[in-house]
Formats: sequence, structure tokens, C-alpha cells
Amino acid sequence: MPSLSASPDGSVAPALRVVGTRPVRPDGIDKVTGRALYGADITLPGLLTGRVLRSPLAHARIVRVDTSAARALPGLKAVVTAADLPPAPDRIEDLGEGAIDLRYLSDNLLAREKVLYHGHAIAAVAASTPEIAEQALALIRVEFEPLPPVMTASAAMKPDAPLLHAGLKTDRMGQRDAAPSNVASQLRHERGNLDDGFRRAAVVIDRRFRTETVHQGYIEPQASTAHVQADGQITIWTSTQGTFAVRSQVAEVLGLPVSRIKVVPTEIGGGFGGKISVYLEPLAVLLSRHAGFVPVRLVMSRTEVLTSTGPTSGSDLRIRIGADTSGKLVAMQAELYYEAGAYPGSPVGAAAVVSFAPYVCEAMRVDGYDVVVNRPRASAYRAPGGTNVAFAVESVIDELAESLDLDPIEMRLINAVREGDRRPDNLPLARIGYVECLQALRQSEHYRTPLTGRHRGRGVACGYWGNWGGQSSATAILNPDGSVSFNVASTDIGGSRASLAMQLAESLGIDYAQVKPRIGDTDSVSYNDVTGGSRTTFATGWAAYDLGQKLAAEMTARLAQRWEVAPESILRAGGGFASGDRRVDFAEASKLVCEDAPLMVSTTVHPKGYGAAFSVQCADVEVDPDTGKVTVLRYTIVQDAGKAVHPSYVEGQMQGGVAQGIGWALNEEYVYNEKGELLNGSLLDYRMPTACDLPMIDTIIVEVPNPGHPYGVRGVGEVNIIPPAGTLANAIHRATGVRLTALPMSPPRVLAALWEKSGYRP
Amino acid sequence: MCKVLIPALLRSQTEGKAEVEAEGTTVGEVIRHLDVRFPGLAERLLQDQRLRPGLGVAVDGEISHRGLREPVRPTSEVIFIAAVSGG
Repeated sequence: MPSLSASPDGSVAPALRVVGTRPVRPDGIDKVTGRALYGADITLPGLLTGRVLRSPLAHARIVRVDTSAARALPGLKAVVTAADLPPAPDRIEDLGEGAIDLRYLSDNLLAREKVLYHGHAIAAVAASTPEIAEQALALIRVEFEPLPPVMTASAAMKPDAPLLHAGLKTDRMGQRDAAPSNVASQLRHERGNLDDGFRRAAVVIDRRFRTETVHQGYIEPQASTAHVQADGQITIWTSTQGTFAVRSQVAEVLGLPVSRIKVVPTEIGGGFGGKISVYLEPLAVLLSRHAGFVPVRLVMSRTEVLTSTGPTSGSDLRIRIGADTSGKLVAMQAELYYEAGAYPGSPVGAAAVVSFAPYVCEAMRVDGYDVVVNRPRASAYRAPGGTNVAFAVESVIDELAESLDLDPIEMRLINAVREGDRRPDNLPLARIGYVECLQALRQSEHYRTPLTGRHRGRGVACGYWGNWGGQSSATAILNPDGSVSFNVASTDIGGSRASLAMQLAESLGIDYAQVKPRIGDTDSVSYNDVTGGSRTTFATGWAAYDLGQKLAAEMTARLAQRWEVAPESILRAGGGFASGDRRVDFAEASKLVCEDAPLMVSTTVHPKGYGAAFSVQCADVEVDPDTGKVTVLRYTIVQDAGKAVHPSYVEGQMQGGVAQGIGWALNEEYVYNEKGELLNGSLLDYRMPTACDLPMIDTIIVEVPNPGHPYGVRGVGEVNIIPPAGTLANAIHRATGVRLTALPMSPPRVLAALWEKSGYRP
Repeated sequence: MCKVLIPALLRSQTEGKAEVEAEGTTVGEVIRHLDVRFPGLAERLLQDQRLRPGLGVAVDGEISHRGLREPVRPTSEVIFIAAVSGG
């Protein structure tokens, strides 16, 4: 049998039949006809409605929670508070979203001693109707001792800043400071001699930047249903990026064995990293148990989503870069202060890697600080941490290019990393397609077309993301009609049913339509990491490839026995099997094979070699000098996909990342008052872009195969959101002469900068 | 002997050296060997007999999921890195 494997030079052979085509997605009809079941669609006999009481204060000690009046309300079936949670385990585990202290995870579900942000959950109820549940919430009395809120990293790091956690001491890679602090940890990447580097520089740019808290903005709010049966078995239906991550988190915070918990994934209306951590699932389990083993459903309102689920960090950043007269970078320094929200765990570690990853430089230092503030606990958001730091770095690189009179793409080509070069943390890069992306943009029709008109400018920026591999499991069942039932546990948040089925079809040499993908629950498929980190098409794709190889090998063995020939004599072609003058197509072979015994194969993979991703982007903008409004006229994204399994979905990921990045760059921000109350907790006031705000986003897919995957695949989900803010900042500068150093670059902020430049005093 | 790149915040443990050599056939053995030469280094890297939460290791350019059990060859390069997850 021919076997596909990536060759050392990264080339992929033989020619692919299915990978690279654009078939219809298997879940498309259910989704466009409304038949698909999302989290809030789950209904069960006797289903109760759950609601959560949330803190009106950003920082306060909880003196007393009195639920007696609520408990007396007719129709109210259960009330739970932190007192109903088992003692929080004093342990740090990786339960799907990086390492987290289980005390913090538990405390975020239901506040124990303190509330740490506006919207922090305090109690939950279950009732026979939504009205009774709402009434019960109003009857719960909470006595607070208000404390001053700390809302930004800079405020939290002041010597006299109120402390969020009395026991939190700064960890500097295994060494803790003596005194408590709001700085949870510091990291540093350093190489070369920074002082020497800056001394050799002809130009040094040193700038400070600020970015605000933003939300992933998934359209489907969190929704979970749990049913605890009298025998202790628990079923949870939930909208999540990772069923096994939900199972682990629920088991840990409730002190239950994983064998008692089954998590069933519903369809998911967006996640972008925000649907990995649990918020409702443990509460639904507790309420179901306390209500007498009846199912309970909890669905968040939009305001709850914004106040109480994890957005991504705001940040304070300082970037200092020096270049010689040729444009070569000689010294790079970054200080990154990321707001983790109420509990440690900002994405500053990823940001520190992303920061200077696209650039070769012998002398660099990156310091990262994870700082707690009275905002909701930050969670992952598409390339977590990357957009903030790239906005700052790409702005400084653009300023250097301008001061040296270099084309921005040429500036990046002069300093571009290639295979073997190292990231800031010294990890060497394998085969990458960054230079190819830069060249593709330079040769694009967009970049070669001059931009004309007043108040218009063109900006360029780039971005790096390391991607991830993780563990994936899958099973394939051969049906006698030649179809293959394909069970995976990777929840489908971006078309992965199709891209995975295509890889199984390719591996087996059959048509895409013959593969029937299905997303299984935690009792149906072996362990699977979350759909996140741009890993699914890569790693679960590896599982699909491996399944195909195993299934074909077993079919070959059975046919060899039936035909009384050596398995090695059987050849594969076009999905069929042949030996001597015997020849059967895949369907005929399936019928023969299944006559002997059913055939199912399974696999579990944990691949390395996940292959880094790069994206280079270009935007044309027009700035209204009277209002400060930025209109994006034209946008092109170039991205190295390794191999685009389903080019339409790759383009969709590229466009989606840019759309979110444009919103982050131009409008989105959490607005708090001085008390730490969120003022824009609705999508009317939290301004995400709509179709009216965006131009057609042109895509250029570059394919530099990843040698770590049989079809050359790289993850494509995240890197696209890293460059937009820098791209637009640079375009706005070229349009106006004003360099904005804070996100969002919303009309008031742009207008203020224009007025400052012109000396106008309103 | 393999080559070990020392993270910046740990160089106070290695007399300022950014790169050291060590013996061992696994990452765990390499750390134990280094701890003899640079006492206290293991405490900075380990917790409960495994790499500290949030810390990862790469051997020969590949981020390991085996942690301390990851095989190391005499020609290997070992790098301790921050564990990073995505969204």
C-alpha cells in the first residue's frame, strides 16, 4: 500500500484527491434550517430553570449571604452558595486552558470570602419557572464590606494598591517574593547584550502603549444543562470547546470521579477560547442534586456573558527597538504588563513569545508580568495575548521603517526569521512560510496598486503564532455499503467535521461523501484535548489520517485471508483493492470484509511538529478628520496554511480573525466607572463590527507544507487576529500623520489625537 | 553531554551562564545532574516531582508532552520554556 508521509524537505506526495477541495459541510443543512441543537435548545422532562446572583460591586468582602427568604418561595427548588462547594483543592492543574490553581477556579464559580469583580457569582437558584427564579434572586440578601477596586495593571502595581489576594506573592520562575503583591508572576526572555545593541543603533524608538479589555464576542451565550441521577451518574449538555476539559474541571471542583460524569457537546455558536473554562456546568450539577435529581438548565444573558465570563486582558506595554542604518534590528526590548482579571493567568507568557518572534535580533529582552485586577478572570481569546503585543511591536517597527525611509515589507524582509532562527524563548523555528507571506503581499494586486485620496493611508503588519498539537482520539466504523462512520471528540467550532472527514477520506482513498463524521460525548470516544490552539485540523487530522491507514491495513489483511494471498500482494488504487486478476472497489471490499465480522478501528495521537503560523496583512483606511471615524477601504490577509485542507474554511478563518481584529482595533473595549462597574454590558454599547463596518477581506493562502503533518497542515485559526491592530494603526498614521498608542482607535480617541497634532483646543 | 539553555530568571542559579552542559538520558536526569552542579536549580524547575505548572520543556526543537520522561541524547539541546495554550 502506498503510504503518505511528509518528506524532510517538506514536500508532500502523492497528489491529493480530497484535501484541497471545497465540499459542502456535513452540518450545514441543520444549521441553516434551524434544526441544529445549541446549548439553550436542550429540553428534558421536568427541566428546571436556573439563575445566578451576581455581585453589584467590583471588590468587597462578603459578610453574610442570607438565602432564607428565597428558600421559602413556592416553586423554588434549590439554592446554592459557595458553602455548597467542597473545600477548594490547593493544587495547580492543567484542565484544558493552561495551568490553573483549583482554588481560583472554584472561587470564580461562587465567591467565598470576597467578590473580586462586578458580576462575580455569589449564589445560584433553580425554580420551576424563570419568573420564580428571578424572584428568588431578588430575595437573597448579601451583606458586603466594600473595598476599593483596582482596575488597571499600573494601578495594581502601585506600592499602596489594595491587594486582591492576601496570600499572592510574585513568582519569578520558582522563586517567590517575600511580600504579597498583585503581580502574580514575572517571566523574562533574554539573549545577547542589550546595552551593546542599543549603542550600535542608528535609530531607537521607545514607546508606551495601552490596550483595553475585550471580549471574544461569540454570539451564543454560555448555556449548560445538568442532570444528576439518583444513582449518582451525571450528564451535562453544554456548549463548549472541550468536553473532556469540562469533565475534568467539574470533577475537580466538585470532588467527583470523572467516571460519574458524561459531557455531551451541543452545537456551539462561537467560542474563540472563551468556552473552555466552566462557569455554569458545576452550578447546574449542584442545583440538580439539591433540587432532587431533576435536570436544571442555566443560560446566560448577554450582560452576564460580558460581565462574568473571561474576556482577554487589557495591557500596558513598553517597546524599545533599535536599528542600524541598513534597517537591521540590533536591539529589542519589551515590558509587558497584562491584566489577568481577578485571578492569576493572563496570556502574558504567549505574548512574550509572540512579541519579537518574526524578527532576527541578537540582543533582546522581554519581561512579562501577570497582574491581578478587579475585572473578570481573563480567559483565552484567539491567539491569547498576541494582538496586544503585536499592535505595539508592529507600530514601532513601522516607525523605524519610516524613519529609515524603508518600505515596510522590505523592513520586515531584512529582519525576517527563517527556518532555524529562534523565538524570544530560544525555541528554534522549523520550516516556516513567513518570507513567502511577505513576498506574496508585496506581489499582490492590492500592494502594487497605489492608494490615492486625502486622509487615506496604507498600513502593513505581521504576526506569529506557535500553534499547538495536543491529544486527539477518534474511531472509524466500516459499514457494508462502503461508508465510514467517523467519531471524533473535537467539538466543531470552525468547520472541522469537514476538514477531518476529508483527511480520513484522503487517507483511505475514498470520496468525502463516504465519510460520516459525528461529534461524540465523553463516554463515546477516548480523551481529547480542547478545540483550541489551532490544533484540531492538525492533530485530530493526524488521527483521521492514522485511522485511514489502520482501516485500510485491516481490510487488506481480511481480503488477503479471503483471497488466500499474501497481504503484500494486494495493491491499493483509487480506494479499491487488487491482487492478480481480482479487483474490488472500496464498497465491494467493505461488503466482503463486513461479512466476516464488524470492523472498527480507533486511534489516539499526540503529535509533535505542529508547525508555526505566520500572517502578513495590509489595510487601506480613510480617516474622517471631522469625526475621527476610521473607514477600512480595503483589506488583504496573507497567511501560511501549510496545506489548506478545505480552502473555503481556511479563508473563513482568515477573514474571521481579521474581522475580530478590526473590532478590537477600532471600537471594542470594556468601559468601567470609578467604582469598577461595567458600563457597556450589552452589544448595543459594546461595539463589535457588523457587515456594514467591514470591506471584503481578501485572502491569499500561502502553502509552505508543515513537515510535521502527513498532508503538510498547519493550524490556521489564530494567527490571523494578531496583525490587524498594528496594520490599522500604521494605516491611520500614514493617513493622518498621527501615531496612536492606545486601543481601541475609536473616533473620540482618533479625533483627540488629530486635535492634539493640530493644536486645536475644543 | 547535552546542551541546556537556561532561562533568564534562572541564570542566577547557574553563575550567570545562559548555556550549560549536562548528562542524562531523560529531562529528569538532566535536571538532577544540573542540581548537583547548581544546587537549588531543581527546586526552581520542579514541583511535586514534575515540571512546575506553566513550565514546559523542548528537546531538539520539539516541545515535549512527556516532561521529565522525555528522552535526551548526548547531542540534544534542552530548552525550558513557558507552557503556552491557545484559544
